[in-house]
Amino acid sequence: MSPTLSLFLIISAALFSIGLLAALSRRHAIFILIGIELMLAAANLNFIAFWRFGPQPQSPTGVMVAIFSIAIAAAEAAVGLALVIAVYRHYRTTSVDKLDQLKG
Amino acid sequence: MSTAAFTVIAILTLAGALAAASLPKLIHAALCLVIAFVGIAAFFFLLGAEFVGLVQVFVYVGAVAVLIVFTILLTRRADEKTGGFNWGGVVIAIAVFAGLIWAILQTPSLSLPAPLIEALTVKRIGEVLMTDYIWPLQCVGLLLTAALIGGLILVMEEKP
Amino acid sequence: MTRESVDQIFVSAKRWLLSLLPDAPDWVIQIASSLINIAAVLGAFMMLFALISVLERKILARIQNRYGPNRVGPFGLFQPVADGIKLLIKEDIVPIRADKIIHFIAPIMIAATAILALGVIPYGRNMTPFSIDGGILFFFAVGSTTELGVFMAGWGSNNKFSMLGAMRAIAQMVSYELPLIITVLPVIMIVGSLSADAIVAAQEGYVLAGIVPRWFVFTPWGLAAFILFFVSGLVESNRTPFDVPEGESEIVAGHMTEYSGFKYANFFLAEYFGMFAVSGLAVTLFLGGWHAPLSVLQFIPSYIWFFAKLAVLLFVFIWIRGTLPRMRVDHVMGFAWKFMLPMAFTCIIAAAVWHYQRHGLAGWLWSLGVVSIIYLGLSRLVETKKKFAPRTYRFAE
Repeated sequence: MSPTLSLFLIISAALFSIGLLAALSRRHAIFILIGIELMLAAANLNFIAFWRFGPQPQSPTGVMVAIFSIAIAAAEAAVGLALVIAVYRHYRTTSVDKLDQLKG
Repeated sequence: MSTAAFTVIAILTLAGALAAASLPKLIHAALCLVIAFVGIAAFFFLLGAEFVGLVQVFVYVGAVAVLIVFTILLTRRADEKTGGFNWGGVVIAIAVFAGLIWAILQTPSLSLPAPLIEALTVKRIGEVLMTDYIWPLQCVGLLLTAALIGGLILVMEEKP
Repeated sequence: MTRESVDQIFVSAKRWLLSLLPDAPDWVIQIASSLINIAAVLGAFMMLFALISVLERKILARIQNRYGPNRVGPFGLFQPVADGIKLLIKEDIVPIRADKIIHFIAPIMIAATAILALGVIPYGRNMTPFSIDGGILFFFAVGSTTELGVFMAGWGSNNKFSMLGAMRAIAQMVSYELPLIITVLPVIMIVGSLSADAIVAAQEGYVLAGIVPRWFVFTPWGLAAFILFFVSGLVESNRTPFDVPEGESEIVAGHMTEYSGFKYANFFLAEYFGMFAVSGLAVTLFLGGWHAPLSVLQFIPSYIWFFAKLAVLLFVFIWIRGTLPRMRVDHVMGFAWKFMLPMAFTCIIAAAVWHYQRHGLAGWLWSLGVVSIIYLGLSRLVETKKKFAPRTYRFAE
């Protein structure tokens, strides 16, 4: 009995909600970024699972979207972490609770 | 596709992700995130998309995880309290999970087994990238350049 | 014993071993086949590691006009046994405030990623342990995971020098990963496949009546790419002249400071296996893999040629270590970003020029022209002398 599409989707939904958990319930900025990366990876898994089980697996659309999504996630992680470092230099804190002013 | 491999990889990935979300020390959470990423790459291999699995290991584990641990290193404080845990987030996450599971289980067409396909070679991915997806490729290139320049400007120290 | 049977002796041995389990299910045969491959690779490279560790000391010694270790066994060749016993019986010291799990896993992770990279290199005809479609990408993917292990080693020791050493090592490895990968791109472009077997198969045949083989190192872009790849491989394995991360006179032992006994041996295993992996990939990509250099010498088995070429490259590694002093760390970074990266891009352009002239003499000359002009331009433009500011003195008041 090989795994069906619904099993893969359940795993990806679980990963997404764990990522959401990390992004919503922690106060350290880097934890939030970890949660966002987990959510992006779960969405990629979703794309590839649908590509594999879908009606036309010979067209590589799902794989292409996943590749571009990985590239964009890397760029976003880089800029997000640069922001965290810049904020740390200015405010000496990484807790997002303390970042509540629009004026620096 | 074997169920034994699927179960093992699923347990590994979910354990890594849960550890990444809930461990108190940041560096342990970042290293468990690496386990979760490797597990997701193993899923990609299981699903027959080997190139994406290799790119996942290369980019996420080799670059994003190294970035995260470097940032943890550079923003360390001696009196490190990682702040309290916000239980409202747990409730929302469980609600989202329940909603997604309900939507998945309602759909009957998702319980079919996998069709047999021919393997997607790297050559085919290359051909498609250069013909059908040339515009997204250029846009992603532009985006990565912008991210590179932006990241450098954000952390460059101003000359005194 | 015909020529083919000597050449395929390991493949036939493996087939005979697998025939000992006649009617097992398919997955058992797969797992048994993989285990035999893994055991063969590990066995061969552990022997090579032991041999190289003593040969390196003897060759370095001869370069420095002295004998190397020559007490243990004939010509000192049993020295690795003595070293192994010494390292195994040493006390394993872990600092009290170190992060125990990370401190423990770091050497394992570095050694594991170095060994994983050896799995996709073709060692002979039909002798690739794991032949996957994206073999070269797999090699670089596990190579870039090494940085995480180095960071864990530096962090887990809870020691400022270890952390500094780890940061320097990671900065060096990340900077040189770009030239390493981009110099491989011309080869992949010309061959059209990421699989190591396809790259070796594209280099067979001889030009000029069996004298000059069709290896990529004999083309101008291939030679430039080979030299750049070799230098980047030197840096990736933290060898002199780029061994700032482990320079004893600067930073004690960098990220390996707090490790003793067998874990230290693991770090050295990882460094040598990194050397083997990079040399093996250089042989595969540029030096024709397991092909013979002259067409009359094709009766010698393919794995002998592979290991002979690997031995030559390892000798060059050791030779460079004995000859050159250590480079300053900011010079190392400047060299990577200002010289090697533009040269690597030039190799891609030169390879494209060569390919579009249909691999003939005109293409050879055109690509030679491209490489030479850019090389001369870069070597004039890159500043290697820093301008020194006048010295300021600060005295304690």
